[in-house]
Amino acid sequence: MAISIDRISKSYGEHKDVHALREISLSVHTGELFGLIGPDGAGKTTLFRILTTLVLPDRGSATVEGKDVRDDFRDIRTMVGYMPGRFSLYQDLSVEENLRFFATIFHTTIEENYELIKDIYVQIEPFKKRRAGDLSGGMKQKLALCCALIHRPKVLFLDEPTTGVDVVSRKEFWAMLQQLKKQGMTIFVSTPYMDEATLCDRIALIQKGSIMSVDTPENLLNKYQGDLWGIRTEHMYKALQDLNNFPSVTECYTFGAMHHAQVSGLQMPAELHNYLDRKYHKNIRVEKIKPTIEDCFMQLMQADEREPVPNE
Amino acid sequence: MNKMKYILRKEFKQIFRDPAILRLIFLMPAIQLLILPFAADYEIKNINVGIVDHDHSTYSRGLIQKIEFSSYFNLTEYSDSYQMGLQWIESETADLIIEIPTNFEKNLVRESEATLFLAVNAVNGPKGNLGAAYASNIIRSYNQDIRSEWIQWPRMNPEPQIEVVASHWYNPTSNYQVFMVPGILAVLLTMVGGFLSALNIVREKEIGTIEQLNVSPIKKHQFILGKLIPFWLLGFVVLTIGLMISYVIHGIIPGPNLGTLYLFSGIYLLAILGFGLLVSNFTDTQQQALMVAFFFMLIFILLSGLYTPIESMPKWAQIVAWINPVTYLVDVCRMVMLKGSVLSDMTFHLVAIGFTGVLLNTLAIWTYAKRT
Repeated sequence: MAISIDRISKSYGEHKDVHALREISLSVHTGELFGLIGPDGAGKTTLFRILTTLVLPDRGSATVEGKDVRDDFRDIRTMVGYMPGRFSLYQDLSVEENLRFFATIFHTTIEENYELIKDIYVQIEPFKKRRAGDLSGGMKQKLALCCALIHRPKVLFLDEPTTGVDVVSRKEFWAMLQQLKKQGMTIFVSTPYMDEATLCDRIALIQKGSIMSVDTPENLLNKYQGDLWGIRTEHMYKALQDLNNFPSVTECYTFGAMHHAQVSGLQMPAELHNYLDRKYHKNIRVEKIKPTIEDCFMQLMQADEREPVPNE
Repeated sequence: MNKMKYILRKEFKQIFRDPAILRLIFLMPAIQLLILPFAADYEIKNINVGIVDHDHSTYSRGLIQKIEFSSYFNLTEYSDSYQMGLQWIESETADLIIEIPTNFEKNLVRESEATLFLAVNAVNGPKGNLGAAYASNIIRSYNQDIRSEWIQWPRMNPEPQIEVVASHWYNPTSNYQVFMVPGILAVLLTMVGGFLSALNIVREKEIGTIEQLNVSPIKKHQFILGKLIPFWLLGFVVLTIGLMISYVIHGIIPGPNLGTLYLFSGIYLLAILGFGLLVSNFTDTQQQALMVAFFFMLIFILLSGLYTPIESMPKWAQIVAWINPVTYLVDVCRMVMLKGSVLSDMTFHLVAIGFTGVLLNTLAIWTYAKRT
């Protein structure tokens, strides 16, 4: 087990009334690419900061590679790589100097672990004399990844690595993660983008400091209850209201250019079509669609709201 | 050890790439030492005097001439109405009015006694007080002149007179620059050691690199030493530049005990670096650090005896002044540069600053450990 988390809680604020994490338990296997998926403010960064020994949990315990985050923090610090969400390298040092600095403080050299970062580093090597502050967003991200990897960590923590990065760079980045995984590295990554979830081996959906579900992306999709319909009409706003009033629809929300309606106990799409027709909608299109991770997230969130979170 | 070396190399690289810090380190001593000693000067000169002369006599003219020839006064207004005189004060064309009454000469000759009236604008307290004192001095000496003119000297002087001759030790010409320059050197060291270091540490927090360092095997003391050693050395650079400027511009030779000054400065820098670290522990952005530093800087400078003697402060302020580490450095700079003091003369200072250093650094390391 690379990471195991046992009932961790963490609160902030003067009266400890902001609950960032509520009794979270989780385990990540060695060599796994594990995704922590959740919206902003769900508690992802707090969990990262606990696992990388930057803050202590209020309650509960956690180990990384068998080392306790409370007692063996020094050991953990030598074997994990951490890439925080915000770019935090020395902007006034060059690409090469940054890399060399982080190599040195981890008692190693660029040459020693060059193999590991080669594929990523060759892309920024032409700019190695340039100051990190003058790099583009995608380049900065690659440099940050190199710096987090330079000491060949056993576990790599990536906190929202693709936030604020363009689509092409995001794809490239995930390809790099797959490469690293092949080398046997455990990768713990968080992201607010649900579409990236399918690229992970397993994912945990986190919301308001609680884990709603942990599974492989496929299983999670299979667990989706009821059917999902994609609906389009000429008056999208009115359609949203009407659909929410339809008895068989448990939840309806806007998803891109259409509405997604979670429906249970309904046999024929015609029923939905007729209902909208009666409400004077025009150009109605109803189609059955496959749920995405985001739809699963929405469904789990509703279930969560129905049973209120226990007040601590 | 290799790691420490690399950390230091990185710190120096960053310092020398930051144009703001470089400018500060080389220009701050230059500008402060070039401008401040000339401008921040408590010798009051150019006091504007208005004369209200109701007498228009030989003696009144003699007195006016004597005042006019003094280097302290500018005769700006002249009239024979006191009302006019008050208007000068209001419009600030005169700081001081001397009113010479009618029959000034007559009374002086006949009754051997005459009165004069002095009115002072006391908005600027020291200027008014000193102006009145200077004016009284001149009038007294004028009085003396007249007496000696009249007296037919008998065999023995009937009026015993005490003549006072003063000799100004350590600053023979009572030159204000000589007094100010060592003090300004102390302020410069404080800025580099206490404030630049605080800003530098807080910057790591602000840009988030401190988190990267925390998630690394780098030890706390390595990080702190990496931050403090460069500024300790820069303190000496600034001191050296400052001493060179004070020699070239002000002709101040720092005396035979330069080593003593460097030794004491080294210990002082350790103490003030602890202060910088303490400030950085309680702030998260450079802006906050700057505000806190600015607040302390004002207190440090005003209550250090740099401008005003500590002995003339109220009792509570004297206590604050002797808690203030800058006081000790200002004192030691003056002792070494003006008096040529040796190490044994400053035992008390050494003990005090050593104690402050231990206290500040312990506090700093304690709060640093507590907050991360």
